[in-house]
Amino acid sequence: MEFFFQILINGLSLGFLYALAALGFVMIFKSSSVLNFAHGELMAIGAFLFLVLTTWAKLPIWLAFILTLAGSFSLGFIIERFFLRPLIGEALIEVIMLTVGLAIMLKGLMLFIFGGDIHSYPDFLPESLTFQWGAIEISGVYVATFIIGIIFLGLFGFFFKYSSQGIYMRSVADNQPAAMALGVHVRRVFALSWAIAALVCAISGIVLGIINGINVHEVSAIGLKVFPVVILGGLDSIGGAIIGGLIIGLLETFTGGYISSGLREVIPYIALIIILLIKPYGLFGLVEIERV
Amino acid sequence: MLNLRFHPCGNFNESYEKELTIFETDFGRLFMIVGLILLFGVVPFISSEYILYILNIIGIYAIAAIGLNLLIGYTGQISLGHGAFFGVGAYAAAILATKAGIPFIIAVPAAGFITALVGMIFGIPSIRLKHLYLTIATLAGQFILEYVFVQWESLTGGAEGISVTTANIFWIDLGSDRNFFYVIFICFVLMAWIAVNLIRTRYGRAFIAIRDNDQAAEGMGIPIFPYKLLSFAISSFYAGFAGALFAYYMMSITPEPFNLWLSIEYIAMIIIGGLGSIPGAVFGSIFIVTLSEVLSYATEILMNLGTSTAAGITIAPLREFIYGLVIVLFIIFEPKGLAEVWRIVRSSFRLWPFSY
Repeated sequence: MEFFFQILINGLSLGFLYALAALGFVMIFKSSSVLNFAHGELMAIGAFLFLVLTTWAKLPIWLAFILTLAGSFSLGFIIERFFLRPLIGEALIEVIMLTVGLAIMLKGLMLFIFGGDIHSYPDFLPESLTFQWGAIEISGVYVATFIIGIIFLGLFGFFFKYSSQGIYMRSVADNQPAAMALGVHVRRVFALSWAIAALVCAISGIVLGIINGINVHEVSAIGLKVFPVVILGGLDSIGGAIIGGLIIGLLETFTGGYISSGLREVIPYIALIIILLIKPYGLFGLVEIERV
Repeated sequence: MLNLRFHPCGNFNESYEKELTIFETDFGRLFMIVGLILLFGVVPFISSEYILYILNIIGIYAIAAIGLNLLIGYTGQISLGHGAFFGVGAYAAAILATKAGIPFIIAVPAAGFITALVGMIFGIPSIRLKHLYLTIATLAGQFILEYVFVQWESLTGGAEGISVTTANIFWIDLGSDRNFFYVIFICFVLMAWIAVNLIRTRYGRAFIAIRDNDQAAEGMGIPIFPYKLLSFAISSFYAGFAGALFAYYMMSITPEPFNLWLSIEYIAMIIIGGLGSIPGAVFGSIFIVTLSEVLSYATEILMNLGTSTAAGITIAPLREFIYGLVIVLFIIFEPKGLAEVWRIVRSSFRLWPFSY
């Protein structure tokens, strides 16, 4: 029973991480319908930026955190302006391939600068965060992850629901021509959505780095794991991304714990295909009805 | 009747047959015959072993890329699992050859048909999925097949893989690069010929109709799902055929090369070459194979230049960077690919003194 609970906790925290990573993905998809294959690399860039600022430049943690967020925000702007904007109106496959090319580029660049080793942050979390309940122990890192995750989910929920920019973004996602006709600056919305997505990526990259240490290969593998998560929940649903992340996390840890560790890596994809055959738009995705 | 005139300066076709012709003038036919004679009569004898090896790899990749272009470029179904299908073909041929003792000449097409079957199974989600959802479903197929390659040890040999004996057709030994060159390029010409002509049949037209607007296609009475499955099957047949040739040529296979990266490379080939163009797939495979050879050659030189190997290790990732950069630049500046560049060059010659 203890084993079961430990796996449950591990699964939930892994799932939470996936959900956090998937959030930035859904953000881009919701407002610009771009399937971003460079997601893991954006996470790694955020994590490395934080690493450089904390360990090499020796800035205080809060300042490094804010600077990282600002840096990723502007990186998102730059990527949108120079790479994605020339492709507005091009075929889907070209946009997908562009993000793949971007991913290869960024990965090569990061491997060139930081190498393939594992880097880790200095220990800055307070000891008191560790949570003890009977025999089950949740380490402080996961508690911190949980808190950060809740804060940012709340912030983005409010942003999309109440701020004017958030409402613009939702309107563009819903119907681009109509939003344009009503005077929404669609290109600015695209740029903003990439910037926000890069920011969210940086946060999840940092959290990932705190938990596992940062390794370029590992983080970009998690970037690929985002796909089953978002498809499971429905590509354009934020709530779906969170639930999908939790499901995939639990599925992975339970398969790894009870069946075999080799199956653990593919079980998300098997689940993905089964779900897609039953519900083609994911659990909470927007169903597009087409009839001839 | 010989049709030895030059190209007209515009589109003056009067019948549908004329629109469908492959060679508008007999000069095109002539150039193709000269090209084939050069390919089979001159190239194998003047190239070194290394050049022959690269040409063979290009030929194998070109066959698979043509198949992928039929699926993505003509039917509009994006597949991220082509590398795995290529692997299925390689494993099928290797298993048929080693476990069942089937000769080369039967094992290769058989591997193609087995892969076509596997491709149809992974094409089934296309009954309800479109666009991004289908893309991700094929991505899942890629990972599942990779898992099967590694885990089904009794059949695939696990991570150690299978070694294949030298191929021979009847009594001719295919061990040397030059003999295999003939096998690969005869297959390549045949497969390219089939693909070019397939596009001109009702099946090809149905594929294009589905790509352009599937709802309209269904409204015109094209049963979409069988045609999508057919397209998956044909494309996987090409991949499996190429994979079987690859297995025989490499003589040993492991799960390693058939990963997501290979699928991405195939898509890069057809995008850089030109979507919806058979010559484009060939241009793309030439470009990608040459690029990766040049890049690894360049890194090797830089590694030797560096005083220690440590410098070389840090330079190696730059290769990936340049590779990604080339893909990105191509998509931004010439989204229609090398086939379009080729068309522009040709038409500027055709219109030469009096371009308008």
